[in-house]
Amino acid sequence: MGGGTAIWANAGSALIPKGEEVDPVRFIRFLAVVLILILIVAAGLFAIAWRGEIEPVAAVDPSSFNEDLVAQGAQLAAVGNCIACHTVPGQPAFAGGLAIPTPFGTIYSTNITPDPESGIGNWSEEAFQRAMREGVDRQGRYLYPAFPYDHFTLVTDEDNRALYAFLMTREPVRSTPPQNDLPFPFNMRMILAGWNLLFLDKGPFQPDTAQSEEWNRGAYLAEGLGHCGACHTPRNRFGAVDSDRHFAGGEAEGWQAYAINATSPAPIPWDADSLAFYLRNGWHEWHGVSRGPMAEVTGNLGLLPDRDIAAIATYVASVMGEPDQTRRERAEQLKAEISQGQTAVQAAPATDTQAGDAQHPGAAIYASACAGCHNGSKPLPFGGLRFSLSTAVNAPNPQNIVNVVLFGLPPSDGEASAVMPAFANVLDDQQMADLLAYMRERYSEAPAWEDVADLVARTRSGQYKVAVRPADGIERGPENVGASGGAEDAED
Amino acid sequence: MAISLNVNGETHEIDVDPATPLLYVLRNDLELNAAKFGCGLGQCGACTVVVDGEAVLSCVTPVSLMEGREITTVEGLGTIEEPGPLQAAFMEMQAAQCGYCIPGMMMSAHVLLRKNAEPSDREIRDALMTNLCRCGTHMRILAAIRRAGELMQQASAPTERRAG
Amino acid sequence: MTIIPKDEFNTQGRNGITRRRVLVGTGALIVSFAIAPHVSAQPQPAPPAAAPEPPQLPGSLNDARRLDSWIRIDAEGEITVFTGKVELGQGIKTALRQVAAEELEVEPGEINLVTADTGRTPDEGFTAGSQSMQNSGTAIRNAAAQVREILITEAARRWNVPRETLRAEAKSIVAQDGRTIGYGELVTDQLLAVEAQPESLLKSPDKLRVMGQSLPRVDIPGKVTGGVAYVQDLRLEGMLHARVVRPPSPSAQLQEVDTAAVEQMPGVVSVIRDGSFLAVVAEGEFQAISAMRALQQAARWTEQPVLPDQNNLQAFLEATKGDIGTVAEEGSPEVTGKIFEATFRRPYQIHGSIGPSCAVAHMDNGQLTVWSHTQGVYPDQEAIAEMLGMDIAQVRVIHMEGSGCYGHNGADDAAADAALIASAVPGRPIRVQWMREDEHAWEPFGPAMLTKIRAGVGDDGRITGWNYELWSNLHSSRPGGAGNLLAARHRAQAFAVPAPRFNISQSGNGDRNANPLYVFPNRRVLWHYVPETPLRVSALRALGAYANVFSIESTMDELALLAGTDPVEFRLRHLEDPRARAVVERAAEEFGWSSGAPKGDRGRGFAFARYKNHAAYLAVALELELERETGRTRVSRAVAAIDSGEAVNPDGIRNQTQGGIIQATSWTLFEQVTFDNTRVTSTDWSSYPILRFPSAPDSVEVHVIDSPGQPFLGTGEAAQGPTPAAIGNAFRQLTGVRLYDLPFTRERVKQAIGV
Repeated sequence: MGGGTAIWANAGSALIPKGEEVDPVRFIRFLAVVLILILIVAAGLFAIAWRGEIEPVAAVDPSSFNEDLVAQGAQLAAVGNCIACHTVPGQPAFAGGLAIPTPFGTIYSTNITPDPESGIGNWSEEAFQRAMREGVDRQGRYLYPAFPYDHFTLVTDEDNRALYAFLMTREPVRSTPPQNDLPFPFNMRMILAGWNLLFLDKGPFQPDTAQSEEWNRGAYLAEGLGHCGACHTPRNRFGAVDSDRHFAGGEAEGWQAYAINATSPAPIPWDADSLAFYLRNGWHEWHGVSRGPMAEVTGNLGLLPDRDIAAIATYVASVMGEPDQTRRERAEQLKAEISQGQTAVQAAPATDTQAGDAQHPGAAIYASACAGCHNGSKPLPFGGLRFSLSTAVNAPNPQNIVNVVLFGLPPSDGEASAVMPAFANVLDDQQMADLLAYMRERYSEAPAWEDVADLVARTRSGQYKVAVRPADGIERGPENVGASGGAEDAED
Repeated sequence: MAISLNVNGETHEIDVDPATPLLYVLRNDLELNAAKFGCGLGQCGACTVVVDGEAVLSCVTPVSLMEGREITTVEGLGTIEEPGPLQAAFMEMQAAQCGYCIPGMMMSAHVLLRKNAEPSDREIRDALMTNLCRCGTHMRILAAIRRAGELMQQASAPTERRAG
Repeated sequence: MTIIPKDEFNTQGRNGITRRRVLVGTGALIVSFAIAPHVSAQPQPAPPAAAPEPPQLPGSLNDARRLDSWIRIDAEGEITVFTGKVELGQGIKTALRQVAAEELEVEPGEINLVTADTGRTPDEGFTAGSQSMQNSGTAIRNAAAQVREILITEAARRWNVPRETLRAEAKSIVAQDGRTIGYGELVTDQLLAVEAQPESLLKSPDKLRVMGQSLPRVDIPGKVTGGVAYVQDLRLEGMLHARVVRPPSPSAQLQEVDTAAVEQMPGVVSVIRDGSFLAVVAEGEFQAISAMRALQQAARWTEQPVLPDQNNLQAFLEATKGDIGTVAEEGSPEVTGKIFEATFRRPYQIHGSIGPSCAVAHMDNGQLTVWSHTQGVYPDQEAIAEMLGMDIAQVRVIHMEGSGCYGHNGADDAAADAALIASAVPGRPIRVQWMREDEHAWEPFGPAMLTKIRAGVGDDGRITGWNYELWSNLHSSRPGGAGNLLAARHRAQAFAVPAPRFNISQSGNGDRNANPLYVFPNRRVLWHYVPETPLRVSALRALGAYANVFSIESTMDELALLAGTDPVEFRLRHLEDPRARAVVERAAEEFGWSSGAPKGDRGRGFAFARYKNHAAYLAVALELELERETGRTRVSRAVAAIDSGEAVNPDGIRNQTQGGIIQATSWTLFEQVTFDNTRVTSTDWSSYPILRFPSAPDSVEVHVIDSPGQPFLGTGEAAQGPTPAAIGNAFRQLTGVRLYDLPFTRERVKQAIGV
């Protein structure tokens, strides 16, 4: 609580008018009143905010958990994508320590292996339940909402029990993550009490009786453990999801998380079937392969039974709603083109002799660097997507196509996965802009992007980290594939 | 179109369709053998060359963008009579079986060692992530790159002493 | 072959063969060259029917019996050695020079080596089956020793001194009084134009200077400095670039293609269509690629769903109506005691050369020359001549290195493509480079296999009996026969695929290494031959030994568990061959087997085999890491011991064996061809991943056990069988679960270990 005192002390000093003569007696009296008021407010807040420690427990015997419960927990952990944030690529699973950049500073994920000292080995199930529901650790400290407890709060006690069983039967790893790197006042965990007051809508999930059982199951998984909205819903300046703009598109690890509501920019609108296929397989012939942070999501969902995948797809599709007439017609046109292979033929500007294209500075780049895969005959997921189908090329913000062209899709070591070379060392900012302008012009009906060269420069600079993962999901790709977050500059 | 290419310190004027990937220009127009065609898809690294100090996959690199840039291939690292440190290290460690992937490996290693002559094992492996070897020469390639780092440091050591 | 140490031979002779007989033998001079340069193989005249059976000569000498087929020395003393074998990255050019230099008493650098060329070199069939040293190395060593002795005899005749007083040294014959005479002065056209003898005066192991040394490979300096090293690097005057548009599936037929637009593309010289064979020739390479892409889009094919269910290859293999061959039978097929019973499966896998196949062909005034990285220039010459209806004498096939092949990849097919296109566009050399997708989808695969084992161990801890059955295609569809060339199959006048001949041979094929080397009383080993080949298959490094040794050595570990014995101890208990025991003991010792299993998520496994049961002995012990949450595994450390007989270049043996272990690790952990009911879907490194650097081991140690004076034993494929078994055994030791299906994908691992 030393931190809390500091806040108020600071506030007090601000009350002293600068450069004025002050009557000492009046001032002392004034101070006393302020102090009393502060103490009252602090005590009140403290009463609301204080969460006590839950007693540590002795080492839990992994064999004491029911196997089915553990298996169920494994599936739930996959939905929650726990491993992605709680694992450093190439390091032991769930041992934490992954740097999670936020607008407020860098947070390091915790060790959630059952190691009693550095992990959660001495957590009781009650402590675990509370962390999931309220965002408070066993010792009673507030957790940062980088841990999406504002979503996990919806998880049922039964499912938390299974998750607990799963985590407590993992290999314990002795590993203490680095200290969070947060400036004042964000390093004050107490402020999270206020955040919770404003933004935490405590669960568990309440079904909508007007909807089907499948829809409700999907909503439970997508809104709760799946925490889709953590990335796909925009956040306000307090870093909380803006519930008025549910699924309207957000960002994650340097990527645009596309809108997955009625404003979805996908050229062919998603439906429950295509979503289910995509979530199951990590790609869809009309939409391409998942990459960036989404690759981990689809990689993990492979563990889920079909009915849960279908439920999530049903729910998300219902949020997206039926596409309007224009989008439907455009989609039919695109589908017809693919089935006739027309996109390919007309889109293969193989040489500079083909009229029109030669004028565009991006055309030769495209023909040389892109056409080989993206206009070839190889089907997805290993062939390149036709860009007329690409959400990245049709999206309002070019960040994702910039990321993919700069950093590529690194190969997954030993697993079949889409691979794309990185062009960061080939194309300068203007050449990238030329190429993307050409692609936008040729493969999208949307207006041209603006300031692409600038975005490329910023993305390349490492100002913000871009997570680059292979398309197979939970591969622990080399960390240095994406923008490094300026680490190299820092050393100079 | 006419392009002026700077390869291994020499300038070449060539006339080529701008859509041509760099690899074919290096191999056919400039008759340089080291960069190899392996997949044409940017998946295997056999065609790796160095452009302005960074590794690029020449099979998907448009030659039209190479004007004014500094291109280095394995031929630029030394000759059979006077091999550069990387070449000497690969010979010394006998780090080849069929050898087809090796020039690409050397180019990736060249970029790494220029930045860091004492890379960790993990750093070397990461740098070679996009380079495939089918003969299973991996252990020797790793050893040769470590050895090349030593040779480069030895070569630069006297200079440093003078500077100090 | 028989080794007669030189010193021993000098003192008393051996096997009743005296020095005098050798000298008499060399007296029979035959006037003429065995093979004149640039005149390709006339069929060897058959010996007169009444002639006695010619004596068996060592190695490939038996097939090309004249010394000057192998070694020629010109008037300047330049020595040229000819081999019908080819460099595949195995280092054979270096090892053969060492062998020749050793016996000729010269330096390896003084040997010019000519590898397979139908215009120049002996016909040694294919460079395959780890036989280069066994066949060609043996032939060249014996030929070199005999040439040396002939030169000594000739010098003795000229100086009129006893030949015992002379010795060979530094390209000369030296007399006791210090007189010397160079090889070039001694040699005449006729001197070496003689038939080789069955016995040679080989240098004794303790006198060797060059053999047994880890000489640097002669080809590496060029390869790391940008020299012309591969057929891919061949640039001939006026050369054109061609690409072939392969059908989208094995069953596809070209229905229609409008070539008019493509013919108008820049640089395009010709579009060639012959049945389902479709190709384009252009001035520039990228122009050829662009035209190929356009042709791909323009072509319409009909396809049939003829491929088996990838997820149930067992059903496909078991449904065969093929013959059943008995590989081994001894005692009773009954198995008693504690029984282990299992079924193992192996998928189709590819060679996956990093450089896709390539060839250059030039039709010049009715003479066709083909440069190819084929493993067999003579068989290829014959097949290409048949495909084109040409006289065999009008076709010359010259070997040039390609990217490592590991068996029968697309090399011959690319050669046929180039030949067919060159015959359609004569006058200029044609270079055909396969695309990555061509290689992945069209090279002949290593066949899928199924094996079933039932074996028992008695109360005495010894194996009671062994019942083993395997289901497999033949692992060879190499040309001879034009029908084994893709281009010939796809032409309008299609050549039928030659029917393979099923038989049980000593070297084995699908049944290679199916019969364990272990000693026990009862065994039966059967091969259910699968003649149906919906997917094209042929020789992939080690053939059936990969799946057979995997099955056998997995079983050995299970039996050891049933017997309550350490797996190394259990193997030794059943091995009598001292060299087999030596590699097992050495690998275990160097690995530190006696210190117990590693800690944490690491297991250890062991395996042994003698390749083909008559080539190199190899044992490997390794550590396997497991990441339970992802199912990812990695071999972290491997230690192997190998006995390849007399080691000509120990570092070459180490390099080959390290490579074999790593490649087999990649096969075992990651690799399988994928296909739907019509098309092959694994067509690049995305869809057919192989081991990348992060999965490479921390260390791979290879200990070469030299066996001086022993015959050369095939080495290149020896690690392929033991490696998967050692990995499976390590996984079993770590998790208690056995994996029966190759490859051990993450998904299978996770399924096996649960959560």
